[in-house]
Amino acid sequence: MNTSTDELTPLLQRGYEAGFVTDIETDQSPPGLSEEVITRLSETKKEPRYLLDWRLQAYRAWIGMQEPHWSIATYPPIDYQAISYYAAPRSVDPKRPKSLDEVDPRLLETYRKLGVPLHEQAALAGVAMDAVFDSVSVATTFRETLKKAGVIFCPFSEAAIEYPELVHQYLGSVVPFRDNFFAALNSAVFSDGSFVYVPPGVRCPMELSTYFRINAAKTGQFERTLIIADRGSYVSYLEGCTAPMRDENQLHAAVVELVALEGAEIRYATVQNWYPGDEEGRGGIYNFVTKRGDCRGARSKISWTQVETGSAITWKYPSCILRGDESIGEFYSVALARHRQQADTGTKMIHMGRRTRSVVISKGISAGHGRNAYRGMVRMAPTALHAHNYTRCDSLLIGPHSQAYTIPVLEVRHPSARIEHEATTSKIADDQIFYCRQRGLDEETAVHLLVNGFCREVFQKLPLEFAVEAQKLIAVSLEGAVG
Amino acid sequence: MNNEQPLLDVRNLWIKAQDQFILNGLDLQIRPGEVHAIMGPNGSGKSTLVQSLAGHPGYTIEKGEISFDGEDLLTLTPEERARRGLFLAFQYPVEISGLGNGYFLKAAVNAVREARGQIPYDAVEFLKAFRELAPLVGLGQDFLERGVNAGFSGGEKKRNEILQMLLLEPRLALLDETDSGLDVDALKLVARGVNATRSKDRSIVLVTHYQRLLDYIDPDVVHVLIKGRIVRSGTRELAHEIERGGYEPLLATMA
Repeated sequence: MNTSTDELTPLLQRGYEAGFVTDIETDQSPPGLSEEVITRLSETKKEPRYLLDWRLQAYRAWIGMQEPHWSIATYPPIDYQAISYYAAPRSVDPKRPKSLDEVDPRLLETYRKLGVPLHEQAALAGVAMDAVFDSVSVATTFRETLKKAGVIFCPFSEAAIEYPELVHQYLGSVVPFRDNFFAALNSAVFSDGSFVYVPPGVRCPMELSTYFRINAAKTGQFERTLIIADRGSYVSYLEGCTAPMRDENQLHAAVVELVALEGAEIRYATVQNWYPGDEEGRGGIYNFVTKRGDCRGARSKISWTQVETGSAITWKYPSCILRGDESIGEFYSVALARHRQQADTGTKMIHMGRRTRSVVISKGISAGHGRNAYRGMVRMAPTALHAHNYTRCDSLLIGPHSQAYTIPVLEVRHPSARIEHEATTSKIADDQIFYCRQRGLDEETAVHLLVNGFCREVFQKLPLEFAVEAQKLIAVSLEGAVG
Repeated sequence: MNNEQPLLDVRNLWIKAQDQFILNGLDLQIRPGEVHAIMGPNGSGKSTLVQSLAGHPGYTIEKGEISFDGEDLLTLTPEERARRGLFLAFQYPVEISGLGNGYFLKAAVNAVREARGQIPYDAVEFLKAFRELAPLVGLGQDFLERGVNAGFSGGEKKRNEILQMLLLEPRLALLDETDSGLDVDALKLVARGVNATRSKDRSIVLVTHYQRLLDYIDPDVVHVLIKGRIVRSGTRELAHEIERGGYEPLLATMA
């Protein structure tokens, strides 16, 4: 009997349940990126002129930029001319509005298999869903219910046409296209994503959710999400992501911008389960994402919660700019890296307003040959009187080959600001597992209990159904972690 | 003494840890309902014995046989032993912060119940069982919300072990120095918990340095373990003898 966690067999065995491919005719642009490709993309989507101009500016900026390589991740060079920047099921009419009855049954079946049925009677109670398949949104549920409350929830490409003033005013106002290499690329070629506007004083009556699915091969997904919470409003949003199992790597470079005006609150949760690659590190998604929230008004609040179990490489730092006085930023994260996964993730809390507060709770789990880095920055600007940050980074190592890094940067420019930082690194200890087994729990259950205990503070921040999902996902991901 | 078949039957047990023999041909028979105390100086092999019985992976069984209720214990995993009713109260219970006590206890109780063919407790039934038993060892409901042993005092950890024993209803409970580090009040609480669990179907092994615990829990048999072997067995009087004269006279007889 071998129960030593020092001799863990790599944690594999278990398949990736979302790894199937939907057999559907796809319109896919030929590989390569140029002003012509971007112009054609914009035309296909019948976009207003301002958007095409913005894309082209972003493209020109991108050409002059260097791909960043400061993260812990190592990977072969990406050939940006080998990627197809647009793929859409032929059955999706780009001019829709569509009802669910008009949606290709193969697409509905895909989402049903993924556990997110789109038919409203079958859907999760109280959750409105936008389903994005490759480069296009295929359906958005509960639109009428939301409309009655005054909430706009629609595909981004539709918003660009229907609500050009809002899009023009806010697009790029949190993440400018010059922000970084991947944000510039996204700004040039982004296809679809979700748009949310919550009017003043409205509490959004449902959870909003987007499910991103990559299906086509040799494509990337470049979605863009923009959420605006007007004065005194509230919205809770959740995104989920999966992709088929393939031997080649696929690029996912998204941008998410959140704007919270005076007294507004946005809660943004992610359960990221992109295909992570196999045990040897073949295949998997490169998840290079820029997410940022702007607490633009006084007493506004933005809360990021993420559960990152997928992707071959994660490069992602959901951040908050605490501009309004007394605004609040939160970041709760569980990141799991197993097999050969590499996760470089964390947050930036930029305190500008007076008495702004932020909380950062990061839980990194590394198993197999997984590498996990928390990279975070807390900046207290000279204007940030009496600002406060609390940061805690905990790393859990499973097995002898896993790695964890903690890379915090603290910048304090005002003497009244307070920063607290705690960091721990622990291993799942043999004596903890033996203790659980002596109480009748098998080894795998013991590991789940220990890992769930480790993640508890973050799971508590997720909407209930998704917390249960997240727990299951972690359990499945760690199946065979000990043996 | 009764004449039933032993619940636990240890024959000629030789155990190594880190290339050193800790147990050297130990024999021990415990019948249902009996309470045995095992005493002995530091390093005599008391903890090794009970930890090996529970299946701790740090020990190598070189030789010998252990049967538990007629079954070969050595072929069973630690969780299978636990599910068949073997319980170890740890000398040093581990801390698991983040994992709630209530959640952990319920998972453990239900793992054992399922193995016995009993219907698992739902939250209400579990809470009912907890409320019945926790006051015996002086623990309140707030305890369910805390992490497993996280930030507990020494006494609380030991009382938690006894509470788990009460909830899991084992057939054989091994208490590894549950009395050490306890003040007299905590000791009484622990003893009360143990006495509450005594029955004709349940056997108990008390590993202890001191006679003191035996003032509160009356054993049927007292063994003295020295250098990996039981050198003497007797009644409670043997414990008093050791209290008076120490282990030296017994060591002398070994030579």
